Amino acid sequence: MSELDALALAALPEWLAVILALLLVAGAVITLVGTIGLLRLQIFYQRIHAPTLGTSMGAALILLASALFFSSVDGRPVLHEVLIFIFITVTTPVTLMLLARAALYRDRSEASGDVPQYIGEDDHEG
Amino acid sequence: MSALILTWALGLSQLLLAIAMAIAAWRLARGPRAQDRVLALDSLYLNALLLLVTFGIRTGSTAYFEVALVISVLSFVATLALAKFLMRGEVIE
Repeated sequence: MSELDALALAALPEWLAVILALLLVAGAVITLVGTIGLLRLQIFYQRIHAPTLGTSMGAALILLASALFFSSVDGRPVLHEVLIFIFITVTTPVTLMLLARAALYRDRSEASGDVPQYIGEDDHEG
Repeated sequence: MSALILTWALGLSQLLLAIAMAIAAWRLARGPRAQDRVLALDSLYLNALLLLVTFGIRTGSTAYFEVALVISVLSFVATLALAKFLMRGEVIE
């Protein structure tokens, strides 16, 4: 509590604090669930889906909490968190699809056992 | 009262994100193949970014926001370069 600015927090209404708390904890829980999926799922092509929970809903809730907090403290709309969210939303599918294709290429070229059969039959560019 | 609620919520969410970072680090160290390690590194970057955003709320300064933005850009470039490397064996051809 000592780390938080006392003057800024005196102006923060309690209902907003409850909303912020719910958003923060929900975002963290969703991100943690996605990362646990990274731990529990069996093959790589299942695991690559798990962290997207964090990049979509987890990041959205935590960044929304941050935007609400700074908007309330500064007394004006603070929307620069939207920048991070848009950037994450745009870049995650690009990187993960490239990674999945690289993994598929590696598994196919080594004739490894756990390659999904009917994915991308017509995209041999490797 | 609102300071108390917010401090506890921040502590809890930071703890959860730290656990998520530990799990991602475990997958990074353990991961059977290189693509698992790259995926774990990407997840580690994301968790660190969200942890920095919660630190920004805790301290009330916007400096952490800029760090988080830089980390999101670094995450994109790093994962892209590593995926390219796994595919081709080199990054710039």
